[in-house]
Amino acid sequence: MLTDRELRALADTAFAASAADQTEVVVREVDAALTRFANNSIHQNVAERNVEFTVRAVVGRRLGVATGNDLSPGGIRRVVERASILAQHSPELPDFQSLPRPQPLPSNDGWSETTAASSPEARARFALPVCRRAAEAGFVASGYVEIRAEQITVANSLGLFASTRRTSAGAMAVVQGDGGSGYADRFARDAAQIDPMELAEEALGRARRSRNPIEVAPGEYDVVLEPYAVADILSALSFLGFGARSVQDQTSFLSGRFGERVMGENISIWDDPRGEEVIPEPFDPEGVPSRRVDLIVKGVAAGVVYDTLTASRAGKESTGHALPPGSTFGPLARHLYLAPGTDDDLVRAVDRGLLVTRFWYTRPVHPLTVTMTGMTRDGVFLIERGEVVAAVKNLRFTHSYLAALNAVTGISRRTKLEIDEINTVVPRLRVAGWRFTSATAH
Amino acid sequence: MRDVAQRALDTAISRGAQYADVRVVELRRESVAVKNGAVDAITSEESAGFGVRVVVDGAWGFASSAILSTAEADRVAALAVAIGRASALLSLRPVTLGPPVTTRGRYVTPVIRDPFTVSLEERLALLLAADEAMRRQPAIVVAEGRVGCERQRKLFLNSEGADVEQELTETGVAIECTARAEDELQTRSYPNSFGLHMGTAGWEFVEQQQILAHAERIADEAAALLTAKQCPPGVTTVILDSSQTALQVHESCGHAIELDRVFGSEAAYAGTSFLTPDKLGTYQYGSEHVTIVADATIPGGLGTFGFDDEGVPAQRTTIVDRGRFVGYLTSRETAAQLGQASNGTMRADGWNRLPLIRMTNINLEPGTWTLEDLIADTDEGILMQTNRSWSIDDRRWNFQFGTQIAWEIRGGKRGALLKNATYAGITPEFWRSCDAVCNREEWIVWGLPNCGKGQPPQTMHVGHGAAPARFRNVRVGLLR
Repeated sequence: MLTDRELRALADTAFAASAADQTEVVVREVDAALTRFANNSIHQNVAERNVEFTVRAVVGRRLGVATGNDLSPGGIRRVVERASILAQHSPELPDFQSLPRPQPLPSNDGWSETTAASSPEARARFALPVCRRAAEAGFVASGYVEIRAEQITVANSLGLFASTRRTSAGAMAVVQGDGGSGYADRFARDAAQIDPMELAEEALGRARRSRNPIEVAPGEYDVVLEPYAVADILSALSFLGFGARSVQDQTSFLSGRFGERVMGENISIWDDPRGEEVIPEPFDPEGVPSRRVDLIVKGVAAGVVYDTLTASRAGKESTGHALPPGSTFGPLARHLYLAPGTDDDLVRAVDRGLLVTRFWYTRPVHPLTVTMTGMTRDGVFLIERGEVVAAVKNLRFTHSYLAALNAVTGISRRTKLEIDEINTVVPRLRVAGWRFTSATAH
Repeated sequence: MRDVAQRALDTAISRGAQYADVRVVELRRESVAVKNGAVDAITSEESAGFGVRVVVDGAWGFASSAILSTAEADRVAALAVAIGRASALLSLRPVTLGPPVTTRGRYVTPVIRDPFTVSLEERLALLLAADEAMRRQPAIVVAEGRVGCERQRKLFLNSEGADVEQELTETGVAIECTARAEDELQTRSYPNSFGLHMGTAGWEFVEQQQILAHAERIADEAAALLTAKQCPPGVTTVILDSSQTALQVHESCGHAIELDRVFGSEAAYAGTSFLTPDKLGTYQYGSEHVTIVADATIPGGLGTFGFDDEGVPAQRTTIVDRGRFVGYLTSRETAAQLGQASNGTMRADGWNRLPLIRMTNINLEPGTWTLEDLIADTDEGILMQTNRSWSIDDRRWNFQFGTQIAWEIRGGKRGALLKNATYAGITPEFWRSCDAVCNREEWIVWGLPNCGKGQPPQTMHVGHGAAPARFRNVRVGLLR
């Protein structure tokens, strides 16, 4: 990883080359490796190292953004020049006020030296027991183990300099056999916190229980959702409406509803980029410290996340949720928490329903109601009189996630970190009346 | 570029690789986006780097770096070999690549007007004019437009003697508007939805789309949808417009025929496929009206190129022949498992990614109908246009799609506007129910720049030639 001194020199080269009124440099350094296995064998094993930097030039209220990965002084100057030219030729952005000024930054605690130094052999040794365990049991395992080390640095010509390093490890397994399929995944800041055997046993256990699935008719069922499925609900809510831009555009399901109850009283959701469980993001790509934001408090719409531009439009302060410069999506809540409950045995209270491991290929059908369609995958089970009695073939649902969060009848005490585009820390949920609209052949 | 590639290749072989290839890629990308009369983002991106892929001890290794130097070539090649050796710790079957690839050649996308030479002012003027036209409709709360272009220069060398250079240029455009009423939100876009409509071409591609001629229309349609009738539930005849037919091909055929996926390499992520090898040559995938080809050679398609990222020349392959499933998209390794040669579909999303089997231009061949005649021939049904949502299961079997806009068809005439239209089905049942495809006049090659696959995730640019098509006994109206 580049040292602080090298990073400051890179930024200084950019500032010296810039004729813009304000200049920002975001440097993203990635050292990542991923080992992928399928059919109980490694079939893909990759590593990459890249340092990419983005320059945002501000001329009056005109902005230009350019990105490059040539770190030579000439390469840096070329990117600065491109950003400046784009800014000069751009029309004014009336709501833009200024790049952020320096603010006190929180400490950084997301780095594991041993994780960063992980070897290809270590990743292969992780995959080995998962595949062997599956093969011994007559099943087939697929999945991956990934190690990432990243350094993100933001500097601007107003004196802001923020730099953070973080590591992350992720592993997932799908185990298949006899018409059944089981899933498990794990994510952590430190690879040592992930136990391949525990991962294998969870996926294998689910695959065993999934064998010889029966068909059930589509219709409305009470469901118990594993954290893998609950994560999908939070992710959809985030992309469809927890950002200020979608509220300002009137496309969010929260637009015009702040202070109203939009979910059940047992639902509270917040975003906390510095939470203990998540891969931390102490500041955003504008260098603004990332703050905890309450989004839903006891079912009531309470807030959204901001970046500098949307905050300025709303007369508020940025909450530190910007996406990288050049993105047109607006701010995004990407470290979401759903408040845990007290009941870890959610199946017991279900008279007839389904236990769902995860959702797959979920897409919005209507954004205002957050109606989604998608499939179940890798483990669906029929519950009768409080017991899991059979594996079930997969089903398609078309259901409103908002309606679902108004019909939660049980929340587990335990939560789990899920990462798929964004971080979510979620419990299991029991939901009444989930609408399944068709079935599939497996 | 060449010295780095050659050095990496030499180092990989000297370190023990049985096979090695190197791709050096330079990427340049520009995007201009406007929103509600103002600039949303103007961006320019440049990236360069190289990736080294090896087979060592019968297993795959890959490493990449952004530093283009011979010293880094040594480090990365050695790392790729080390990774390959680690893979061999858990490798049940040694990699076989079939016949060697010794292609030597050069390919450059034909471009009439280089998009990078089009001034920012001209790009902005076009988008802002369309934006203004959309916002003349009072119900519109968000109007957006974007143009984008990118150019990749690629050098590919392998240890078997292949030496291929390519310069691929892509250009695209999109406009979109959203209308809002108190309890309804409706979006229309043009030419397609979810990102740019792109082609391998220059600025002439943007001009051909004539976005100004469509801006007011889509704004009026979005406004009209606010009070339109809800698409009723039921089973009926559906006519899909060209772009939705293209997406149908993409999801239910294009992904299902990726042979790496069929063999399980995506099982943990994108899924597998119901089109297993025992079905090859015999399975009735669709009706006699359904002929689908994979064609990386058609002019202007977003999946058009000279050579894939294994150095195999671009090809045209029949996938479905009058309804019968006859071909896959293949790589060297997967084709060898079927005793075939690769049909050239391995592509990587950049220098830092390993090539995977990706769609090229997966085209539904045109039929004989005009859309007008097809509607006139339909007693009762629904005409659906422009994708709004898409979802399909992990074997590409059970799907549900929605479109931005739809119209009732009654007595052979286009009738009332319908909102929130959805349809669902089972892939082979759906394609077997296809009883008409429109002719070449109605046939458009759609460019989809957002096809996802792989871990780490890769986004590929692919094309689909399609014309409007009619399907019988389709379940519709799943959103109530």
